[in-house]
Amino acid sequence: MYDVTVIGCGVVGAAIAYELSKRKLRVLVLERENDVAMGTTKANSAIIHAGYDPEPGTLMARLNVEGCGEMERLCRQLSVEYRRIGSLVLAFDGRDMKTLERLYQNGVANGVEGLRILSAGEVRAMEPAVSEAVCGALYAPSCGIVDPWGLCIALAETAVRNGVELRLNSKVERIETMAAHYAVHTSAGVFESAYLVNCAGVHAHEISAMTGAQEWETAPTRGEYYLLDKNCGGLVKHVIFQCPSAAGKGVLVSPTVHGNLLAGPNAASVSDPDDHAVTAAGLAEIAAAGRKSVPSIDLRQSIRNFSGVRATTSEEDFIVRPSRHSPHMLHAAGIKSPGLSAAPALARYAVEQLGAMGLPLPEKETWQGGRTQLRFRQLSQQEKAALAARDPKYGRVICRCETITEGEILDALRSPIPPCSIDGVKRRTGAGMGRCQGGFCGPRVMEILSRELGRDPVSIPQDGDGTNPLTPWNQGGLANEV
Amino acid sequence: MRYDVIIIGGGPAGLSAACAAWEAGCRSICVVERDRHLGGILNQCIHNGFGLHYFKEELTGPEYAERFIHMLRQTQADVRLDAMVLQATPEREVHLISPARGYEVLQGKAVILAMGCRERTRGALSIPGTRPAGVFTAGAAQRYLNLEGQMVGRRVVILGSGDIGLIMARRMTLEGAKVLACMEAMPHPGGLTRNIVQCLHDFHIPLYLSHTIVEIRGRTRVEQVTAAAVDQDRSPIPGTEMVFDCDTVLLSVGLIPENELSLQAGIEIDPRTNGPVVYENMETSIPGIFACGNVLHVHDLVDFVTAEAAQAGAEAAAYTASTETAAPLAVHAGHLVRYTVPQRLRAGRLKDGAVLSFRVSALCGKCRIQVHGSTGSLLASFPRERLAPGEMERIRLPKSILSGEGESITVSVEEDAAI
Repeated sequence: MYDVTVIGCGVVGAAIAYELSKRKLRVLVLERENDVAMGTTKANSAIIHAGYDPEPGTLMARLNVEGCGEMERLCRQLSVEYRRIGSLVLAFDGRDMKTLERLYQNGVANGVEGLRILSAGEVRAMEPAVSEAVCGALYAPSCGIVDPWGLCIALAETAVRNGVELRLNSKVERIETMAAHYAVHTSAGVFESAYLVNCAGVHAHEISAMTGAQEWETAPTRGEYYLLDKNCGGLVKHVIFQCPSAAGKGVLVSPTVHGNLLAGPNAASVSDPDDHAVTAAGLAEIAAAGRKSVPSIDLRQSIRNFSGVRATTSEEDFIVRPSRHSPHMLHAAGIKSPGLSAAPALARYAVEQLGAMGLPLPEKETWQGGRTQLRFRQLSQQEKAALAARDPKYGRVICRCETITEGEILDALRSPIPPCSIDGVKRRTGAGMGRCQGGFCGPRVMEILSRELGRDPVSIPQDGDGTNPLTPWNQGGLANEV
Repeated sequence: MRYDVIIIGGGPAGLSAACAAWEAGCRSICVVERDRHLGGILNQCIHNGFGLHYFKEELTGPEYAERFIHMLRQTQADVRLDAMVLQATPEREVHLISPARGYEVLQGKAVILAMGCRERTRGALSIPGTRPAGVFTAGAAQRYLNLEGQMVGRRVVILGSGDIGLIMARRMTLEGAKVLACMEAMPHPGGLTRNIVQCLHDFHIPLYLSHTIVEIRGRTRVEQVTAAAVDQDRSPIPGTEMVFDCDTVLLSVGLIPENELSLQAGIEIDPRTNGPVVYENMETSIPGIFACGNVLHVHDLVDFVTAEAAQAGAEAAAYTASTETAAPLAVHAGHLVRYTVPQRLRAGRLKDGAVLSFRVSALCGKCRIQVHGSTGSLLASFPRERLAPGEMERIRLPKSILSGEGESITVSVEEDAAI
């Protein structure tokens, strides 16, 4: 019997598990995929928003500003890549300038510090590449960029290191409400738990429905992106937004913590919350919007397109509240943007809610919060030399585009949540994230995974379950199978 | 450590450059190779057709590589394997790291860049659809199949008619897969004519010119692709869609010279070739740093890589012994010529002449390659029956016509009908 079971291990589930790991509780995390950070967490804008967008007084406003404020310290503790680079919301006409004024007032009400409305001249002095048509901008110095899956992995690893049990490949199929606990039926067995936390992202409404009635309508919206080569990473120095509309915060152009340039997202409603396709129309829309902000953006430098689905719902605000039908179940649902920014604060708020629902929260005496991750490419020449001398595995570069060594891949494989897929290695180390997109290092990463996990290469997936690049050899006349 | 000549890359270009530098009398040579074996991409090119020009016989890729590896073993050149160059400085310092020797800084009198090229990926094309497993660059699939002994799929559609894609169409067929089609967005094939014939026609694999893939579908593994005809601007034409049920897409949509080290060193790059701008002796804009092979411009035939690299090797060896300078002459790419390599000549440095490599920008029938001087005078003319963008062309210019030719020459192609 677990005290708490967290359903879903995206950044929200991981942050809640991290907070719960500070308490003397038996905590289980169930994740349907073969790794953490597999949903919206791995496909979003990777922005830590300053917090001027949400309506004052909302949970979203409070948790966003709070989360943004603590992100730098948290990322340093967890060895997660983060940079506070500030953001600009561009205005192209008088109506946009009015929007900036409203956002500024929102931000002040929400407690965002350092906001300033800039003249066109000030904007171009800060960002020479933005459009000549810009007539002003809202500057938010506290906005940052982060490695979103890195944050999720670091939070989840820390939780696991502090006693939280994580079960991957465990999809919740049915929840039985017993007298004093829940029986959670998954694809990998039944688990009993006194409390549940629903962090199932775009599938949270399904979990809600398993314990009573659906409490909100889900309306997933997909956002598509262009990721550009590192040679474009310096085109802008800040996160460049356009004025938000009803559809969302609009298309941004931003450097990433990995040194690339990101453009997107659009917003298209989709019926299937797992629909991660990109479309010609969507990419054209992003291209046009990206050029509106930064005319010189060169989309031929694209190294990857991707899309993510936001957990938008019929409710404007985040849904972090006890179920109306099942008193020991807490929802943390509808966590669309700025969910990544809010996650650390949201997790603390969720744990407070659990306390208010009757869960005792005794603190642990022996919690270990720190985490270090070695990144070869960020070391000095002397440090590289010393490291390779100490362990030759750090002298073998596997990913040539990003300069990722075998030593770093082995570190990942010995971490509390070892990856089982090529992309799992990519998210932890950066191998395969570069301009050749794993063309060279993919087979070598597969070889290392196969060797270290003792598994046939054919059984190794690219990413999620079933995404194996290799197929078994001839099973009886393939050519005749036409 | 100090060397006269440091060669970055142990593929066909690096091997040939090293052997030639040795032959030219250089006795202090180091070849740095990132893989665990010399030979580069030749090791996975197990088909034949290599060496027809250079050895006058037909070899497989590994056999061709083996000849040069054997030649290199006869020299006393040092070889660093499993060694990645992290940086090359304009002062010809080469920083590398390897499990065997850790972090090393080598100082060269001359450095030869021979890093080869990489393949364009799906991301560079922004092909719409989902992102399932089963989409490979042709070279990555070739590596899995020929080096790792692994099969990558059963029903295959190939996008692009570059040579590796064509070779893989045949290879996958021979291994029991069904290759359904090869799509080429351009109106002409990207690869060699002999590969179109021997790898597609001989196996009844349809080639769709002016077609592209407009969508890839499949949740975990590729399930289906949609292809369509494209117009002159390479935009899909609605109503021409064809659907293929397949589990694999191979991309053979172009090779990009791998010049991250060159850029880091501040070497001038030609946007047409994506390789360094070089002089007649394969020297880049930084004195003492040379480039050859696919890092300089993408070749079709390894034989030409060998010849070009041999020149670079010999010139680098000569560089370490001389300091002569001469005024450069720019080589312009004129009508129907996409680029030339070298882009600059120093006539004073030529022994007997200069070889110019180039590609045409469109298919040409009976034509003449013409070289004009800066005043417009015709210096040389070379008749040809046919020129194709997929096949690199080479001409040799005698030293006599280049001496005293002002500031530039222009290479152009005139089709006979138009003359």
